[in-house]
Amino acid sequence: MTIGNIRSVHPAMVVVEIENLTKDFSIGFWRKRPIRALDELCLQVHQGEIFGFLGPNGAGKSTTIKLLMHLLHPTSGRARILGEPVDKVSMHQRIGYLPENPYFYDYLTPAELLTYIGRLFGIRRSDLPQKVDMLLESVGLAESRNLQLRKFSKGMVQRIGIAQALINDPEIVFLDEPMSGLDPLGRMDVRRIILSLKSRGVTVFFSSHVLPDVEALCDRIAILNKGKLQEMGALDDILKVRIEGYEIILSGSRAEALEQIRTMCDEIRPMEDRLHLRVATRERMRSVIEFAFKHELDLISVSPIRRSLEEHFQRVVDSRQWAVGSGQ
Amino acid sequence: MLQRILAIARNTYRETVRDKILYNLILFALIMILSSIILSQLTLGNEDKVILDLGLSAISIFGMLIAIFIGIGLVYKELEKRTAYALLAKPVHRYELILGKYLGLLFTLLVNLAIMTVGLELALLYTGSIGLGGHLRVLPAVYLVFLSLALTTALALLFSTFSTPALSALFTFFLWLIGHFGKDLQNFGELTKSAPVGWICRVLYYVLPNLANFSMVDSRSIIKTAGYSSAIDPMAVAGSTLYSILYCAAILSLSIAIFMRRDFK
Repeated sequence: MTIGNIRSVHPAMVVVEIENLTKDFSIGFWRKRPIRALDELCLQVHQGEIFGFLGPNGAGKSTTIKLLMHLLHPTSGRARILGEPVDKVSMHQRIGYLPENPYFYDYLTPAELLTYIGRLFGIRRSDLPQKVDMLLESVGLAESRNLQLRKFSKGMVQRIGIAQALINDPEIVFLDEPMSGLDPLGRMDVRRIILSLKSRGVTVFFSSHVLPDVEALCDRIAILNKGKLQEMGALDDILKVRIEGYEIILSGSRAEALEQIRTMCDEIRPMEDRLHLRVATRERMRSVIEFAFKHELDLISVSPIRRSLEEHFQRVVDSRQWAVGSGQ
Repeated sequence: MLQRILAIARNTYRETVRDKILYNLILFALIMILSSIILSQLTLGNEDKVILDLGLSAISIFGMLIAIFIGIGLVYKELEKRTAYALLAKPVHRYELILGKYLGLLFTLLVNLAIMTVGLELALLYTGSIGLGGHLRVLPAVYLVFLSLALTTALALLFSTFSTPALSALFTFFLWLIGHFGKDLQNFGELTKSAPVGWICRVLYYVLPNLANFSMVDSRSIIKTAGYSSAIDPMAVAGSTLYSILYCAAILSLSIAIFMRRDFK
């Protein structure tokens, strides 16, 4: 699937720049008191990358995206997209946005909705039918083009939401929970669309709870919790520095060698004619391998045990919660 | 800018014509206008007056109901259902959304008034005694109703930018009601002995919409009742037009100012 033209990519160019962005909401009817939804957020997104924005519910992800879309006014700090302040309306000509749990005019058909949105972007009436057809095809809604949106399932609404975010061939797309409400096939389709956008040089900024999707797609991620940035960086770097041990698989083991090797490992699992060993440190891994060569055991594989993004995310969020709780 | 406002207006019009409430109201209005034929049979010699009085009232009241019931939901529904979120992230100024929504509903009202006017003209044709001149004189009366509805719609839209539909409906209806008694408020202010009350009445008279301005063309001036000196004065109609435009501009500016400051959580 291709949508639009391929853009030239300059990896170092910053396209989203957030500096000390803070947002307070007032709650209470008589005695209003502020609640900080976002606290001094600083982050940068580079051109052409897929940037994952993670955090538990209420972390401030949607607030950040709404501030970027100028749906909210910041309490302090500033944000720029493509070098322009977010309140500059003409800049929005170059970006796309899918809101969280989107809802569109249910009395319209997908083709009518896309035509309407296209007109808001100033796309010529004569160019619209072809563009609308192409987009509906790309999100798998070609057959439902004349069905009113009120008859759509949640997954179909999500798809039309993605289509409307792409109608102007944006340079950056902001997707707020694009996988929510989608079945596994729908998620695969969205993954495909996001990767296709990246291949054309489009920058994708998306928030998600679905961590395997983030792990499969993102170049860089930021983890947000309780309105504060916890961590930001390349996904590979974040997961690489957290090698938790090594798994070594050996075969041809003899009884005396087995006894000796048991003392060197943290965990040992015999599986048919193979031994699955687990060691915590690089040094131990080296001594096990040397031992294996010395005793003529066959080394089948050595692989680092990396923490999955899901485990890492859980620990980052949990440890901060614990730290906050213990500090009180 | 104009293209975006017109696109929003077109979509608002589409929204309203696909709303069942509109058809119920038009149906009721037409039934009421046509039933005036039956009622007119009960009078002697004043059939046209009864049809006109009932017909113009039906147009005014049902027009008001359409303006309020659809107007109060215009912005509120967009925010409640969050349809405005995707829209305002596009290169759309917030004022364009307000103006587009307003124009869309005005167009709906125009179409509905046209349908109801046709119903009234048909009822008048049935009795067949007011002649072509009388039929044409219905038009300025309906035009003035349209101006008053433009104002009512602006008020409904204003409340819709910060209040719930129920409260907005209540506020708009009361302003519509008070608006028809503006002259009484002024008279009361002049007659009262208390200076502060007089002052408050004067301020209210100027601030509140004066909808009585829009009922200067009534059945008597359409029929040209003998001894009743109320020929349709083009200057007065132009004055009312100007008043409506200025008042709507002020209300819409206020709506836009409120909408610009809002956070869409």
